Formats: sequence, C-alpha cells, structure tokens
Amino acid sequence: MTPEMTIMLALGVPLLGSVLIAMADRVPNLREAFTLLTALATFGLVASLYPQVIQGAQPRLELLTVIPGVPLSFRVEPLGMVYALVATLLWIPNSLYSIGYMRGNNEKHQTRFYICFPLAIASAIGIAFAENVFTMFVFYETLTFSTFPLVTHKGNSDAVKSGRVYLGILLTTSVCFQLLAVMWIVALHNGGSVSSLDFTRGGIFREGLASGAVDPAIFGLLFFFYIYGIGKAALMPMHRWLPAAMVAPTPVSAFLHAVAVVKAGVFCVIKVTVYVFGVDALRSYHQGQWLLYAAGFTILAGSLIALFQDNLKKRLAYSTISQLSYVVLGAALLTPLSIMAATFHIVAHAFGKITLFFAAGSVYTAAHKTQVSQLDGIGRRMPWTMGAFTIGTLSMIGVPPVVGMASKWLLINGVIESWSIPGGHFDEVFALVVILLSTLLNAGYFLPIVYRAFFKPLSDADQKHPHGEAPWPIVTALMFTAGLTLFFFFWNKPAFELAELVRRAVG
Amino acid sequence: MELVHKNLPALIVVLPLCMGLITSIIGRRGLGWWLAMGTTSAVLAMSVQLLVNVLESGTQTVTYVMGSWPVPFGIGYVVDPLNAAVLLIVSMIATVVTLYARKSIASEIDPRRLHFFYALWLFCMTGLLGITITGDAFNLYVLLEISSLSTYTLVALGRNRNRRALTAAINYLVLGSIGANFYLLGIAYLYQVTGSLNIADIHHILTTQVFPTWSTDAPMYRTTVFVGFALMAVGLSLKLALFPLHGWLPNAYTYAPSSVSALLASTATKVGAYAFIRVLFTLVGVNFAFKLLHTDTVLMISAGAAILMGSWLAFRQTNIKKLLAYSSIGQIGYITLGFALGNVNGLTASVIHLFNHALTKGGMFMALGIVAYRTGHTRLQDLQGLGRKLPFTMAAFTAGGLGLIGVPLTAGFVSKWYLVSACFEQGRYEMAAIVLVGSLIALLYTWKVVEAIYFGKRPEDAPAIKEAPITMLVPTLLLAGASIYFGIDASTSSRIATAAAKFLLGVGP
Repeated sequence: MTPEMTIMLALGVPLLGSVLIAMADRVPNLREAFTLLTALATFGLVASLYPQVIQGAQPRLELLTVIPGVPLSFRVEPLGMVYALVATLLWIPNSLYSIGYMRGNNEKHQTRFYICFPLAIASAIGIAFAENVFTMFVFYETLTFSTFPLVTHKGNSDAVKSGRVYLGILLTTSVCFQLLAVMWIVALHNGGSVSSLDFTRGGIFREGLASGAVDPAIFGLLFFFYIYGIGKAALMPMHRWLPAAMVAPTPVSAFLHAVAVVKAGVFCVIKVTVYVFGVDALRSYHQGQWLLYAAGFTILAGSLIALFQDNLKKRLAYSTISQLSYVVLGAALLTPLSIMAATFHIVAHAFGKITLFFAAGSVYTAAHKTQVSQLDGIGRRMPWTMGAFTIGTLSMIGVPPVVGMASKWLLINGVIESWSIPGGHFDEVFALVVILLSTLLNAGYFLPIVYRAFFKPLSDADQKHPHGEAPWPIVTALMFTAGLTLFFFFWNKPAFELAELVRRAVG
Repeated sequence: MELVHKNLPALIVVLPLCMGLITSIIGRRGLGWWLAMGTTSAVLAMSVQLLVNVLESGTQTVTYVMGSWPVPFGIGYVVDPLNAAVLLIVSMIATVVTLYARKSIASEIDPRRLHFFYALWLFCMTGLLGITITGDAFNLYVLLEISSLSTYTLVALGRNRNRRALTAAINYLVLGSIGANFYLLGIAYLYQVTGSLNIADIHHILTTQVFPTWSTDAPMYRTTVFVGFALMAVGLSLKLALFPLHGWLPNAYTYAPSSVSALLASTATKVGAYAFIRVLFTLVGVNFAFKLLHTDTVLMISAGAAILMGSWLAFRQTNIKKLLAYSSIGQIGYITLGFALGNVNGLTASVIHLFNHALTKGGMFMALGIVAYRTGHTRLQDLQGLGRKLPFTMAAFTAGGLGLIGVPLTAGFVSKWYLVSACFEQGRYEMAAIVLVGSLIALLYTWKVVEAIYFGKRPEDAPAIKEAPITMLVPTLLLAGASIYFGIDASTSSRIATAAAKFLLGVGP
C-alpha cells in the first residue's frame, strides 16, 4: 500500500465507518462492533505511517482542488503524526468506554452519537495532516460542526444553551480571526510577498520580512489573529466554550474535550508558530512575549477557577484550560526544546486527562454523582476507578512515576535553553514561577479529591445506597488509559522520537 | 439538427414563449405540467450547448441577428461567458423547480386553472432568459416587462393560502413598474445621445465620440449621459432589490406559492444582477461608472448595508419564508459587493455567487415548500421538532443553511473566499470585515431555525406527518446536494465564473 493510499484511507475509513454505523441503526451490537472496528482500523492506518515518518520521509497527498490555487492537500510530518497518533489511539478505549457509558446510562439517540464520532476523528486527522493553511482551516471548521451534535446530545434547554456558547465562540473566533488571517496570507501570497501557503520549515514569512515586502506590524497582527483565531486552544478569554461543553455525555467530554478538539487547538498553535510564522522570525520581532504572558495568565487563572469548582467535570474542564496553556507556553518560549516540550505535553496531558474524565463518568454511571463534595469514601467502593483517577492526578501535577513528569521536565529544560539566549531574563523567570505555582495549584485542587475518596468515611446517606464498580467496558477503558499514563513514563520512545524530530525541525 | 444549432440563441427564448401560448390553450388535465417540463428540459439542454459553444469559440462570443437585420438596426443576441453562465443557472433551476412544482402547486391553486399557471411560468422564463441573452437595451426592457408581469401574477396566485399575496403582488407591481420605467427613461436619454439601442453600439459611440469630448471645453451631452445612467442604475437596483430599494421583496417571496418563491429567489434577482453588471461593464464601461462617477462607492455602501441589515432583519423574523427572503437581500449584497469591487476576483465572486446562491436558496425554499405542503404553514413553531418527521427535507434545509453561513465545503464558502480575496486585493479591509460579520449573522438566523428543527418539540396534538412525496423530495435533495458538491469541487464553477469575469474586464482568458 502506498503512503498516499494510507493517508486517503485514514481519512476515508472513519467516514465509511459512520455510514456503516448509520446502517446498523437497529442492531446495537453490530453498530458498536463497527465503531470498535473503525477505531482499530483508523489507528492501524495512522500507525503504519509512523516508520516512514521517523525515518524522515513526509508522505503527501493532494486530494482535490477546491478553489484554483488552494488545494486540499496533506503532508504527514512529525508534529502532525504526534497529534494523529494520540487522537486515533485514544479513540479505541473511548469507543469501548462509550459502549459501557451509553448503555449504562440508557442514553437516547445512540446511533447519532456513534455516527458523529468518526466524523470528528476524520476532521482531526485532516487537521493533523494538513499541508497548507487552507486545509487546516477547512478541517478545523468541520471538527466544530461534527462535534456540535455530540455536545448538545441531551437535547434539553441546558444543552441547547451550551451548544450556542460552543458554536458561538468557536465560530466567531475562527471566522473573524483565523479565516481573516488565512485570507490575508493568501492575499500576500498572491501579491508575491509570502513564499508559499504550505507549512514550511522556518516559516513562510522569512523572505518577505527580509526583503521588506511584509510589514513587521502586519506580521505581528497576523500572528495575533491566528492565535486568537484558534479558539479550540482555549486561551483566555476565548475559553468559555470548554466548560460549557461539559454538558455533553462523559465520553464526549473525555475524548473531544480532553483530546481531539482541544489538542487540535494547541496543535494548530504549535504548527502555525513553527511552520507559518517561524520561530526565528517571531523571536526577532518579540512576538513570543505577549503570548507567553497570555498563556501564563491562563495557566494560573484556570487553576484558580478550578480550585473553586464543586462539579467534578467543570473542575476537570478548568484544569484542561490551564494545562492546554502549558503547550501554548512551550510554543511561546520559541526555543527548540520548549517546542519539543509542548509537543510532548500533547501526549502526556491527553493520557492523564482522558483517564480523569473516564473516572468521572464511571462515578456518574455507578453512583450518579457529579459533585466533588459527594465523593467521600467512594474509593473503597470503586477502587479501580479511583485508583486510575489518582494516577491521572499525579500526571497532572507532574510527579514521577507518571508521564506528566516527563513533559514538565522538558518544559523546564526549554526555559533553561531560553535563558542561554542573551537579553533580559524576566520572561524566563515568569515562566518558571508560573510552572511552579501551577504545580502547587494542581496539587491543591486534585489531591483533596483523592483524599476524600480514600480517607474520608462514607456519608450516612451513601451507606443506604450500595453500589459497586461501573460496567466492565468502562473499567477496562480507564485501566487501559491509566496504564498508558504509567507506562509512558518508562517507555515513551515513539512520542519522544517524534518530538525530537520536531525539535530538529525548529533548531 | 443543423437548423436548431444555428438558431440556438433565438430558440432559447422563442421556444418557451410559443410553448407558453400553447400551454394556455391546450394545457388542461395535467398536460400543462408535461409541456412545461418538456420545455424547461429542452431549454436546459440548449443552454448547456450554448455555454460549450461560447467557451470553445475563439472570441468567446456567439452573435445572432434576429431576422437577418444587421445590428445596430435589428435586434442582436450576444452570448458571452457571463450570460451563457446565467442562462445555465436560470434553465437549470427552472427545470428542477418545475419537477418539484407539480405536486406543490396542485395543492396551492385551483386545479382548473393549472394550465394558466404553467403558461405564466413559461412566460416568466421567456422574460428571464431573454433579458439574459439579448444584446439590445430596449429589447431588454421589453423582456423585463414580460418577466415582471408574469411574476406579479405568479405571486398573486399565492392568495389561496394567504390573501396577503394580493397586496404583496400589487406592491411588487407598483415598485417593479417604477423600476422598469426608470430603466426605460434611462435608455431614452442614452438614445438621445447616441441614436442607438444596441448595447455594444452605444458603448462604442460613447467611448469613441462622446467621452473624449468631456476633457475639452465643449463637453457633449455630459449631463444627459449622467442622468440616463443614474436612471438606469436606480431602475435596475429596484429590480435587483438592492438595499434600500428592497421593500417589495420580502412579502412577494413570502406569500407567493412555494415553487414560485423557489424560482424567483434563485433566478429573478440573479437576472436583475446580471442586467446591472451588463449596464456597468458593457454599456457604459468601468471607466465611466467607477472612475468618473464613483458608482462603486455608492454600490459598496448599499451592499454593506444590505449584508448587515438584510441578515439582521432575517434574524428577527418568525416566518421562515420571510427569514429566507431577508437573507436573500443580504446575499444580494454579497453579489453587488463583488461587482462593485470591479476586479477579476470580485466579479468572479459575483458570478459564482449567482450560481451558488441559486442552488442554496432554491433548495431551502423548496424544503420549506415541503413543510408548507405537509403542515400548511412556514412559521418557526411549525418547524419545531420536524427533524424527526421530515429527516431528508430538514437535512436539505440545514445543508442550505450551512451554505448561507459559508461553512467550508459548501458552495457559500467558495463565494465568500473569492469575495474576501477581492476585498483584500482592493485594500477594502472594512468590506472584508463586513462580509465576515455577515456570515456570523447568517449563523444566528440559520441556527435559530436549526435549533427549532432538531431540538424543538412538536406539539402532542399536532397531526402526524410523513416525509415528502418523492417528486418533491428528489429535486430538493438535488439542489442541496449540488450546493455541497460545488463547495467541495468548485473547479468547474470557478472556471466558468473566472472566464466570465475576465471577459467582462477584457483581461484575456
């Protein structure tokens, strides 16, 4: 099978899967079998590209020309590979988990739910492998629309309202800022001052800035538009859609709002920083600075808000907002190592956060509890779930032996590398302070949950309502992801090697 | 066949005219629909052939003289890439809507008068096709009146459902006649100056004999040409429903029978826009209209206001047919903005949006017609929860809505892409911003309906309804599907539109 075929299939198989799922509407077992098979096949296809990418090849595919001059084309490079691998890998446990959750909670419209998931995955793969700014924008938008029915799954007035916030923020930012930036870049390209629309090593503005064809002020403005045009990265103040999206069933929150959608956001941030604007160009015009402070603010503010959330999923959502900005912070530091840390954190955070969400959904399914304050003593009844939750927690805080530690380590190395560049060091000090403070805050809002679950006695009311663990698909899925979180601390070669390739592409 | 080929430009107008007459006489008992369907399909085939002929010919034009009277004395029909494309849009939409109209119109008007409906339908087509193909400014007026008069009647036929159709038709009649007479008066002024009615000839005389004298001490007919052009521009703006001259449109579209709304929304204003483009670019020329008179500034202000106000007023409606009508006013703003920018990308945006919006809005009006056919109304509360009852129809409606917003991979996105590109090329950043904000307002009004369709609850006591009959559903899905297809692969549509734009601006193929 040629690499072009593989890319085509990686996009096509999920679409085919959703057609099959729609056809199996009346046979739930067959429908779920299709979901699992599609998930496995898609991961297999994406993973089969890994050996070539690691050897430095960048297979590409030009699918079709939507508008003359702007083709829908794909190129698999290390950074995209990281995101695509994480998204497709985690879709497998998530599919298993969905089966347990949707059946366990007797959710309605299950077929629609299973149809939309593969569409979202296809969009995510499209974003990951996009070769030019146009393709990335197209799939960025299809991801928004394909996930809308999932967010509003419940269909009640709460869901409709949250759906408005979700679509409103994501579309306003992407249309008013990202599309504007894309069109502006296309206009500059047509005028000859930008070398290419494709993602290019060193950025596409290098020649234009050197020859004076691109005004540095416009360069900065475009960077600003692009970053705030990527609302999915949940950089404050564009973050409100993420807590709103928590109205969705937990598998959606777990997979889309800890992995596919939010990681699409931060992935795009890294991608445009490195391959559109270029690290060197951004550094010489001091564009990383404002982003560094915006990200730092988001990290701290997100953590502070999380501290006061009693709803478990909301607390996780604000924690996600804060953790996403670690990635943005890494990108904003503009050094090869910090970009590598940002890339690695996409993986590390995904594994940990999906485990936490899985645990939250497991508690909801088995005990119908949504608030942190209700969790006293639940660890004794649901040891597997709360054990996995603890592992996820440790990963968020960044202590060994879980994978979160590795990305924090890399990030601090990135700060140190940035220190070696001559100039004032206030930025680096700020970054370090943010990382340290947020570690404390992470511990502050996660450890009490663990403490409650394992060390506080069950309340009297709970004594009268016995329950056990969640259904086996849920427990299997969350043990799998918790296992990954642990395992990846000791053996993270694929992610590390890809991130290393990204580092070399920057340096 | 040779005879047909040679007389293609004439036949495309004469055939529906004759068939209209025949239909009014013998079209009883369902025969009317067959005659109309046969005619529109034949016209569609002819316009496809004509487009191919034009694009393949070296000069990109096909000229035809009526009764062998040489132009400028006789009436000449001139087909170039622009009007070949518009002909195709009109005949394609007409064919699809005729297919749809059979069941739909039978439920809306007296069955004994159906043949008159189809006769008017064909007359309306005659007018629209004629305006598009003619190269004669006065002939254009005649055909404008043919299409308008039949349109007024077609709108009035909505009276069985709602008596307000009659007031809407009268309103349209008064304003439409004012528009047409302004245009006629403008022609008279220009005739006074040039002594010609042929569009190409008027242009030739103006540019070689009249304009050159304006820089001298004794300018010839300066004021006359100004006034003539102004009258024509205002008259056509009324026909095209350019903000703020759009007053007739919302009610006419709302109270007309469903098929008529679908046909008008996707062809009538499009032909108006075409006529305006023709007057600007072929009759008086860009140098006069844009460089000397700054018509582009006026048009851009109108277009910007149309985009913002049209879309906002659409959001405020609770009758969904009226919502779509106001949305059309906004979309006409996009079309106008495109040609007001006056560069290749802008004109391409205009032409491609004529096509894309025809598909999108036509499909939506047809989907709404199905709602009217099944529930009897098109109010927001009648659409509550219809997503489960009419899944295919509502999917078509939603696809159209996404096109109005301009979501990537829909036809609307392609138009918007060209339009924003053109704004950037001309340095009109504020217009680019208006276009983007306009698409967000489109999101508001579309989502209002989409939420009702998919999250609303149909009242318990509402009568049970089924999905639409197949002859209504297939045409609707056809247009909705086409609006998606031309968003994924716009190479054909943009090739034709670019050819038309380049031809108009004379910058080579």
